[in-house]
Amino acid sequence: MMRAVLPLFLLHLAGATEEPPQKPGLPGEPSPGLALFRWQWHEVEAPYLVALWILVASLAKIVFHLSRKVTSLVPESCLLILLGLVLGGIVLAVAKKAEYQLEPGTFFLFLLPPIVLDSGYFMPSRLFFDNLGAILTYAVVGTLWNAFTTGAALWGLQQAGLVAPRVQAGFLDFLLFGSLISAVDPVAVLAVFEEVHVNETLFIIVFGESLLNDAVTVVLYKVCNSFVEMGSANVQATDYLKGVASLFVVSLGGAAVGLVFAFLLALTTRFTKRVRIIEPLLVFLLAYAAYLTAEMASLSAILAVTMCGLGCKKYVEANISHKSRTAVKYTMKTLASCAETVIFMLLGISAVDSSKWAWDSGLVLGTLVFILFFRALGVVLQTWVLNQFRLVPLDKIDQVVMSYGGLRGAVAFALVILLDRTKVPAKDYFVATTIVVVFFTVIVQGLTIKPLVKWLKVKRSEHHKPTLNQELHEHTFDHILAAVEDVVGHHGYHYWRDRWEQFDKKYLSQLLMRRSAYRIRDQIWDVYYRLNIRDAISFVDQGGHVLSSAGLTLPSMPSRNSVAETSVTNLLRESGSGACLDLQVIDTVRSGRDREDAAMHHLLCGGLYKPRRRYKASCSRHFISEDAQERQDKEIFQQNMKRRLESFKSTKHNICFTKSKLRPRKSGRRKEGVANAEAPNGKPPRDLGFQDTAAVILTVESDDDEESDSSETEKEDDEGIIFVARATSEVLQEGKVSGSLEVCPSPRIIPPSPTCAEKELPWKSGHGDLAVYVSSETTKIVPVDMQTGWNQSISSLESLASPPCTQAQTLTCLPRNPLDAEEPQAPLHLPSDPRPSFAFPPSLAKAGRSHSESSADIPQQQELQPLMGHKDRTHLSPGTANSHWCIQFNRGSRL
Amino acid sequence: MGSRSSRAAVIPDVDSIRRETGFSQASLLRLYQRFRALDRSEKGYLSRMDLQQIGALAVNPLGDRIIDSFFPDGSQRVDFSGFVRVLAYFRPIEDEDTGIRDSKQPEPLNSRMNKLRFAFQLYDLDRDGKISRQEMLQVLRLMVGVQVTEEQLESIADRTVQEADEDGDGAVSFLEFTKSLEKMNIEQKMSIRILK
Repeated sequence: MMRAVLPLFLLHLAGATEEPPQKPGLPGEPSPGLALFRWQWHEVEAPYLVALWILVASLAKIVFHLSRKVTSLVPESCLLILLGLVLGGIVLAVAKKAEYQLEPGTFFLFLLPPIVLDSGYFMPSRLFFDNLGAILTYAVVGTLWNAFTTGAALWGLQQAGLVAPRVQAGFLDFLLFGSLISAVDPVAVLAVFEEVHVNETLFIIVFGESLLNDAVTVVLYKVCNSFVEMGSANVQATDYLKGVASLFVVSLGGAAVGLVFAFLLALTTRFTKRVRIIEPLLVFLLAYAAYLTAEMASLSAILAVTMCGLGCKKYVEANISHKSRTAVKYTMKTLASCAETVIFMLLGISAVDSSKWAWDSGLVLGTLVFILFFRALGVVLQTWVLNQFRLVPLDKIDQVVMSYGGLRGAVAFALVILLDRTKVPAKDYFVATTIVVVFFTVIVQGLTIKPLVKWLKVKRSEHHKPTLNQELHEHTFDHILAAVEDVVGHHGYHYWRDRWEQFDKKYLSQLLMRRSAYRIRDQIWDVYYRLNIRDAISFVDQGGHVLSSAGLTLPSMPSRNSVAETSVTNLLRESGSGACLDLQVIDTVRSGRDREDAAMHHLLCGGLYKPRRRYKASCSRHFISEDAQERQDKEIFQQNMKRRLESFKSTKHNICFTKSKLRPRKSGRRKEGVANAEAPNGKPPRDLGFQDTAAVILTVESDDDEESDSSETEKEDDEGIIFVARATSEVLQEGKVSGSLEVCPSPRIIPPSPTCAEKELPWKSGHGDLAVYVSSETTKIVPVDMQTGWNQSISSLESLASPPCTQAQTLTCLPRNPLDAEEPQAPLHLPSDPRPSFAFPPSLAKAGRSHSESSADIPQQQELQPLMGHKDRTHLSPGTANSHWCIQFNRGSRL
Repeated sequence: MGSRSSRAAVIPDVDSIRRETGFSQASLLRLYQRFRALDRSEKGYLSRMDLQQIGALAVNPLGDRIIDSFFPDGSQRVDFSGFVRVLAYFRPIEDEDTGIRDSKQPEPLNSRMNKLRFAFQLYDLDRDGKISRQEMLQVLRLMVGVQVTEEQLESIADRTVQEADEDGDGAVSFLEFTKSLEKMNIEQKMSIRILK
């Protein structure tokens, strides 16, 4: 792996070393005229070197990961350090002096912030605050304890004569050294623990500690440093007090700076609706500003950035567009991983520079032993105390991992490099010791912690995807606990969290989130939304094989996938809501799923035909006015789908626009929605529905305007929304449209009459939209395209293309029977029982409209159809039922 | 111990309550004080009103349901043992519980199953052993708040029911409920530390 990197490195090295002689040559060269070729290394040297370093590091990473075996055994940080050592050795051999090293300035100003921001921003905040007590204890008490005991013990070692007398250091020097060596390093911990996958509680405690102890480290380091510089004789009692006070100032001040910037950041992103492009930039800028501000005021910069990331995330994520969210995520991860890589590599390289360090075995060994021992002792003592208060005590194994996971890293190294040799005569020894400690912890402990965790059988983190149930119940539990605490009269953690959430909901979110985001904002809804997207994406990703492949798993499906008893039908049925594999239509649950099917269908349709259509316009791709053209062009399936799903839901249901145009329609639909809810029992008034549909038709026309001034629909993407809006509106029409379809091929000419039927079947409005959508699209926009797209979608969805009725039936029924005993019976049952039959009309309608959705239910419905027909007619106007049928046949023939 | 037990003796049926709920003497005493404090007119029992007067409970979306759970079978009053019995669901599970209790009583009140059952009956308003779609919708309406519309709620409710519904009856039975939460650390999520 070195070999791959080497040439590059040498090249860069050659540039670096040969540059000085060249430089005098350049001006001296007599080139009065126009030089055809000029070598300007000097001008680009600094950025070039930086870029090269990062490139080398990245290439090294690639090489490491070529072998899975190596990376599974050895943490990346170890490999990088070793790589750094080798590179440093080469530099040393070639240049005869150590060229590069980890500069504290670079480290603190450029390399550390991205890592901390990344960890703060993506910190699981709930987990963090759940364990805040433990984290703070370890971070503050633990670090203080480590610093003082290590320092004191080393001093004792020296007094005992075990440290060579060359090491000229007093008690304060050792305390200073202890303070810098005692802090657990976030970079190292993150690098190692991310690969170990211990359970989340353990992880958050170790990691949270490493982040929060920065304040303590900074304070201790500064206080000790100034004490050393003053000389121990001059230190007054008030200085000690000041030292203690500064602990609070630095930590609370840092946190406050972070929170202020988080507030600013959230507030700023509230107003970026029209300049989405700078949203990611804002996040990074303001977070970095927080870091620099804290650094400037000599507060804890790490704490500031952590708090900034932690505090702003909720609001920022709600405010910025989906793409910006992705951009932020990836940029942050990229920067952090880049910085981390460079840090470890530079650590390795810096260690080669032997001119900076002086070895003393006693000191080195003593330090190693002491930090391990005191860390373990401190953890055990603190855990014992903490366990008195914890609901879930930390057991012995946790404690072992926590003590062993106390890795030291680049922060300690940078701090020790910063020492002033004139004030701290033993600096060289300290540097050497720090290097050894860092290397030992990162390499030896980093290497062994994975086997140790395995051997101790530490509870691993188990990744399960969120399910709606879990999310909902978790909220329930929170509320229950808060209520019980109220009843008991104990204002504990749950009480305060509840309070905070209420405050947040009432004021903070209102202030910091843009209105539309605030409306949609709800965790349960979020999960729901995300599940849908994931299903949709995976569905499309799998192409048309979904139905055929027995091993289908949709990602959002809960644990049951792993359970042996999963049957395909079960899976399909469950997952259906998102991905609309329609086997589930047999279920009695109607509206939601069907509506989702509809959404899904939109997505598919959109995804399939849109790129084609867009290509025509794509000549304007290079226009800067990307908001209209380019963005649309570049849309990929995913985006398309997400937006659609999202906007489908949100526009349809919850955002009532202020546009006058939309008003009537909306309100109409609203009412209808209400009617829908009660539908099964009573018939909604006809005229209402009629009104509705009329309004809808209008809106179809108006969509474009709506789109262009996207201001009111806060959607980032103009395109998807329109469709959705229209689609939803059309939902209402669907019955009508489909009905008309049979009569006349172009849906636009639809006579309004059939609508009423549709109104009567309230649930139908939910799913029906597919048909309408499709049909209107086809005729209106790009008929030819649509046709193909339609065909594609169908073929991809189900391999059973053409005659939906007969073939589909056989095909789909066959797989089912063996899998699920209940299914076959369902059709039989239904006729006998009038109630369940209710479920069918929607499915019928749907089947008629779009077979693409599900090959499966079509047959079923057809079976049922005749039976259903009679029953339904009592409730529905006969026309509709029939019309649906006809459509279906039409479609089939057409296809 | 002497003074404490004498004070604890104020509580009616201390021993049987202790046996049933597993609360320590100290926490029983504390709960009793709380009970007395809530019982403003010193009736010896609590009425719905007494609980409704707890300020924060009024804001809690599930507050009413939780109050209801103190009054099973439509009764209008709850005495101390009933009060404590409900709270006993939230006692943290301790290691020794499993060892000692299994012989005498099959399931202590704070077992995982009982915790889940308590949560379940908050959903299952009509007590038919199933969370129907309608019941799910009602809970969602309480929890999600105003910013999500009815239709969205319905689709969430649908999906939630579907997700947990294994036998396809369109409702979530208790078994399905527990199954959907099998990955969750209920013992931890439904416990309050001070109720030892």
